Amino acid sequence: MSDEDIRTDEVRELENKEARPDNTAEILNEKRILTEPLTNADARRRMAAYSRRGFLVGGAAALLGVFGWRWMSDETKQHLLRRSFEFNEWVSQNLYSPKRLAPEFSPDQITPERVNGMEGLGEGFDPATWRLTISGLSVPGVFTLTLDDLKRMPRTEMITEFKCIEGWSLIQHWAGVRFSEIAARYVNELYAQYVSISTPDGGYFVGWDIQSIMHPQTLLAYELNGKPLTPEHGAPLRLASPLKYGIKQIKRIGRIEFTDQRPRDYWAEDGYDWYAGH
Amino acid sequence: MNFPLLAMMIWSGMLIYWANAVYGIRIGGYELFHFFPPWFYETLGIPYRLAEGLQLHFFFMWLFAANGVVYVLYLLMSGEWRALVPIPSSFKRAAKVALHDAHIVKEKPPQGKYNDAQRIAYSGVILMGAGSVLTGLSIYKPTQLAWLTSLFGGYAWARWFHFWLTILFVLFFLVHVVQVVLAGWSNFRSMITGREVVDTDVQPADVEEVSA
Repeated sequence: MSDEDIRTDEVRELENKEARPDNTAEILNEKRILTEPLTNADARRRMAAYSRRGFLVGGAAALLGVFGWRWMSDETKQHLLRRSFEFNEWVSQNLYSPKRLAPEFSPDQITPERVNGMEGLGEGFDPATWRLTISGLSVPGVFTLTLDDLKRMPRTEMITEFKCIEGWSLIQHWAGVRFSEIAARYVNELYAQYVSISTPDGGYFVGWDIQSIMHPQTLLAYELNGKPLTPEHGAPLRLASPLKYGIKQIKRIGRIEFTDQRPRDYWAEDGYDWYAGH
Repeated sequence: MNFPLLAMMIWSGMLIYWANAVYGIRIGGYELFHFFPPWFYETLGIPYRLAEGLQLHFFFMWLFAANGVVYVLYLLMSGEWRALVPIPSSFKRAAKVALHDAHIVKEKPPQGKYNDAQRIAYSGVILMGAGSVLTGLSIYKPTQLAWLTSLFGGYAWARWFHFWLTILFVLFFLVHVVQVVLAGWSNFRSMITGREVVDTDVQPADVEEVSA
């Protein structure tokens, strides 16, 4: 049996099954005749014109893409890509629901710790004299807290996934105070759209959107895997949250400020996504 | 359209991956092949371009997804999907296509717009594209889309699938290019223009539309 016969048989079968006797041509050849018959020479000429046009358009588009990109200044490029981050952030924020929780894990799923990122953790820091400062929009005054003050507040524990923007992740056990506890105690009315957090020496600083920082899984953590934080993990107090990448989970917090201005952010100034949210 | 978009996604994806290259092919404890040995990085000047990779990846993701959606909608609305989706007998006959292509069997398998191996490969690559978008979203928003991430077995597994789908895309592309070269100029012309010249029994010839 020739190819054509096999196909024809198949089509007949299909037609019988679906009772569509009018589709033979379409199924048999998968082609439609659109034009009046042409001479061979005309057909070839027309095809040559089509392909010339096709390749010219394709080639021009490719060249435009490559040279357009080269010609664009670095500032324009950065601006464009930053706008696209902001657009993604806008989409995420509109679809964001604080009710959605990140998955939590069981103790046997905890993975070994890993230390990464020492920015803002310079020498000459004395944990004994450390205080947390809280100030900003709708905060009546400047509050300073000790670690014991924080430990007296309701304690929250969670076993969540810590995700690094570099593409690795760990499952860790955190203990601390919900950030929302701080807001409930020290902010009269929460008008602030953002929170700015920095290390005591100002060497590292992050900005958070208010929805993410008020999420029940965002903690001011003082324990990691059942032990007090070690210096390299951000003692005495750090952020821990499965809502954003590790770059946003600042270690050795010194100052918290509520604000309606989008705060500066250490890695965003290097071209990373300011929002960096999950 | 497909090629430049895929190329951008893979390139930017690799810039991200290279920030922490963990995957290799391992048998037991022995690493048979670690993707991208050190000399590879040094030649291309790749380390520490993570920020750039992320920027590009999260810009081109929209174009990549939109292109895929438009293509699938077109297939559905034009009825062209009939020529592309494998039919039950495709799986049996695809083997014949492979044997024929390998010059083991002389008999030429039936060729519609696409032959049966093409039906499987081209439908498969659409599923791969969808898989890349879904695993990508799982890694991108693992909290807001936690249900999706858990569908792939969690964050780490979604990342693993995302990586291997990319490798499959590269393999698909390599085979595709070889096949196009073997099929010749007239076929390539049809891929670009969406038309082909067909010699018919009745003279003169017709220009017919096949829609690429």
